[in-house]
Amino acid sequence: MHFCTRDLLNGLLGLFFSAVLACNAFAWEPTKTVEFVVPAGTGGGADQMARVIQSIIAKNNLMKQSMVVVNKAGGAGAEGFLDVKGANGDPHKIIITLSNLFTTPLATGVPFNWRDLTPVQMMALDQFVLWVNAGKPYKTTKEFLAAAQAGKFKMAGTGSKQEDQIITVGIEKSSSAKFIYIPFRGGGDVAVQLVGNHADATVNNPIEAVAHWRGGKLRPLCVFDSKRMPYKEKVTDTQSWADIPTCKEQGLDFEYLMLRGIFMAPGVSAEQVKYYVDLMAKVRETKEWKEFIEKGAFNTTTLSGKEFADWVAKEEARHIVLMKSAGFISTAK
Amino acid sequence: MDELQSLVHGFGVALSLQNIGLMFVGVILGVIIGVLPGLGGANGVAILLPLTFSMAQLPGGTTSAIILLSCIYWGALFGGAITSVLFNIPGEPWSVATTFDGYPLAQQGRAGAALTAAFTSSFVGALIATIVITFLSPLVAGFALEFGPPEFFSVYLLTFCAFVGMSKEPPFKTIAAMMLGFALAAVGTDPVNGALRLTFGSVHLLSGFDFLIAVIGLFGIGEILLTMEEGLAFKGASAKINLRVVLETWRELPRYWATSMRSAIVGCFMGIVPGGATPASFMAYGVAQRFSRHRARFGQGEVEGVVAPETAAHAAGTSALLPMLTLGVPGSPTAAVLLGGLLIWGLQPGPLLFVEQKDFVWGLFASIYLGNIAGLIVVLTCVPLFAAILRIPFAVIAPIIMVVCAIGAYTVKTNLFDVWMMLVFGVIGYVFKKLNYPLAPLVLAIVLGDRAEASFRQSMLISQGDLSVFFANGLVGSMTGLALLLLIWPVISGVLNRRATSG
Repeated sequence: MHFCTRDLLNGLLGLFFSAVLACNAFAWEPTKTVEFVVPAGTGGGADQMARVIQSIIAKNNLMKQSMVVVNKAGGAGAEGFLDVKGANGDPHKIIITLSNLFTTPLATGVPFNWRDLTPVQMMALDQFVLWVNAGKPYKTTKEFLAAAQAGKFKMAGTGSKQEDQIITVGIEKSSSAKFIYIPFRGGGDVAVQLVGNHADATVNNPIEAVAHWRGGKLRPLCVFDSKRMPYKEKVTDTQSWADIPTCKEQGLDFEYLMLRGIFMAPGVSAEQVKYYVDLMAKVRETKEWKEFIEKGAFNTTTLSGKEFADWVAKEEARHIVLMKSAGFISTAK
Repeated sequence: MDELQSLVHGFGVALSLQNIGLMFVGVILGVIIGVLPGLGGANGVAILLPLTFSMAQLPGGTTSAIILLSCIYWGALFGGAITSVLFNIPGEPWSVATTFDGYPLAQQGRAGAALTAAFTSSFVGALIATIVITFLSPLVAGFALEFGPPEFFSVYLLTFCAFVGMSKEPPFKTIAAMMLGFALAAVGTDPVNGALRLTFGSVHLLSGFDFLIAVIGLFGIGEILLTMEEGLAFKGASAKINLRVVLETWRELPRYWATSMRSAIVGCFMGIVPGGATPASFMAYGVAQRFSRHRARFGQGEVEGVVAPETAAHAAGTSALLPMLTLGVPGSPTAAVLLGGLLIWGLQPGPLLFVEQKDFVWGLFASIYLGNIAGLIVVLTCVPLFAAILRIPFAVIAPIIMVVCAIGAYTVKTNLFDVWMMLVFGVIGYVFKKLNYPLAPLVLAIVLGDRAEASFRQSMLISQGDLSVFFANGLVGSMTGLALLLLIWPVISGVLNRRATSG
């Protein structure tokens, strides 16, 4: 009997809400817990950002329903992407992406493309910096590249045929240096390999290597962006992020930034997309978000709607060219 | 004694009424998380992480937040031993070695003794590791930097070889089981060239076989199938259920002080490296077996066989905090989530953390001491309660275990396919036991196989295919040498014995 009453109530409530929606008195809002998929493991850059967003939303009551972060890292993130692709029309599932949005389908042949998802919002772009051990004699990118030309230098990076290896190939193509690329599981491991002199260079994100830079163990040579990072506050005793020259300034003409963006499942309505765009706008207004962005020295470009989709399309084309020239495209189909 | 002063200050930070309350809440939550298979420490901490963000905003709140989370971690470590001993279901990879002697003890009606030994050893291991990282952190913090891919591979090799050389099972059976484990570990993504392997186009196989699914099936379901065949009864029904068992076991434990010390040293080394708690527990079990006077009783219910892996696992789990704090390298999945928490709370792990965030670091160290004491009190008072579970008739408890196992398998990735996989592994576990093949090497290979493969192939990239990289310096050379020696140990000891008898 108890259940019957509840069902009846639910039914009535449903009717009420559909009536409300029909009148369009309220905009769409999530009606149950929102799943935030991370196509990467716990503790990495994407995972950290997702958990920061989750905590900001919870702390500032930006959403009535709660949000859970779910890691689906299998197959270099393919597991997460296929999960969201399969959730056609489900507005209670969002996914944060990194460069594996492009690289995973290209490198593994998993049947998936970003067009299978609905672009929502670019949150930021992650920077890459060329790091060497502070004990090494080369102080500039030129000196480093000259040294790399002579011997076979080891470049440690995260994952295989992903952003770090693409950048490594990019450096090789834009200079006459040659590297042996060695893949590791996470950015933290990579930085420690460099501190321990098991590798000669890395292209760690700022947040992965900043602690060792401040500890005087690592030296940044250049940043792979078109202009210097804007953060002028001193990180070490003498240097700030803004003091790191761009690679182009140093004669290494290669740029790479990594997308940190939010996507939804295919087949969702424009109204539902707008809800998440507005939600993320509120997130970006908070003090916590600004602190997080500054600590990680992110590039703060944000896009949504058509501009975002256009940007992603352009970036995909660029990845196809980069990966083709590096020989990373899968032949398995 | 700068450290001592800082530590006393740390106790001051940690010993507020609120923080002590949080410790007990954390430990109890952690025990519950540890007992439920599939949830695991990493998931538990990840789920509760957002709760701590608002906590961290208050003055001194960061310390409270990490106290809560690390106590959940300790609780989960303690909780993992409970299911290993009672039902032969290890909830975490490092509890696998605890089942070898813990479960036979429970079957002999000595579940209380096994649990007490496990909890007390965990506490001792964690305590020794905490003392090491409190006073020696400046000395040993840099040690992890010595470890490149060849060194990591030699550690894994040492673990595998120790297992083959010291196992009482015929070496070829051990190797066969291990090779099957390697094959299962190879499913998923190739760690070096990123290609998909052995997935047969299935989405479910993209991330390979999860350790938990395999272990819940092989140990949990396999054991139930076996018990059903043997006549629907738990053999632990006569378990004593009063608190005296704790005191009786404590009287016995000091005898194993040498085993404890050896295991703690193995554990601390593996934690600081960071090689992880799983190799530490297996290695400590092997070492204990080698040096024990009751060698033959190992695997049939020997308290010493519970002491060794538990001490080592907790010493490793605790000392793994050192590379996490000083270098930002997490030694375990749970540590990785904690690391993410640190970053979100606005702390930057690294060499300067000890200088800039003194309050936090020493508060954390103090909370490890206190959290472990809180944990020990909570779990020891519950020993009779846990042991009493075995008095429940098998016909009642078996279906419950089946359901909990199925839920656990489902929770790992919220995927029904994993429940089917669990049942398949259950049948494999049953067949293995019937044919007297050991399950542990299979599990060990699933857990460490892909990491060993990755570090081997990284080493080969570094050396451009030259195997001499594994003997390139004293550190890696002695570990590889020791591993090879252990591997052929059965042959050597056979030859020595024959000499001794003939001459």
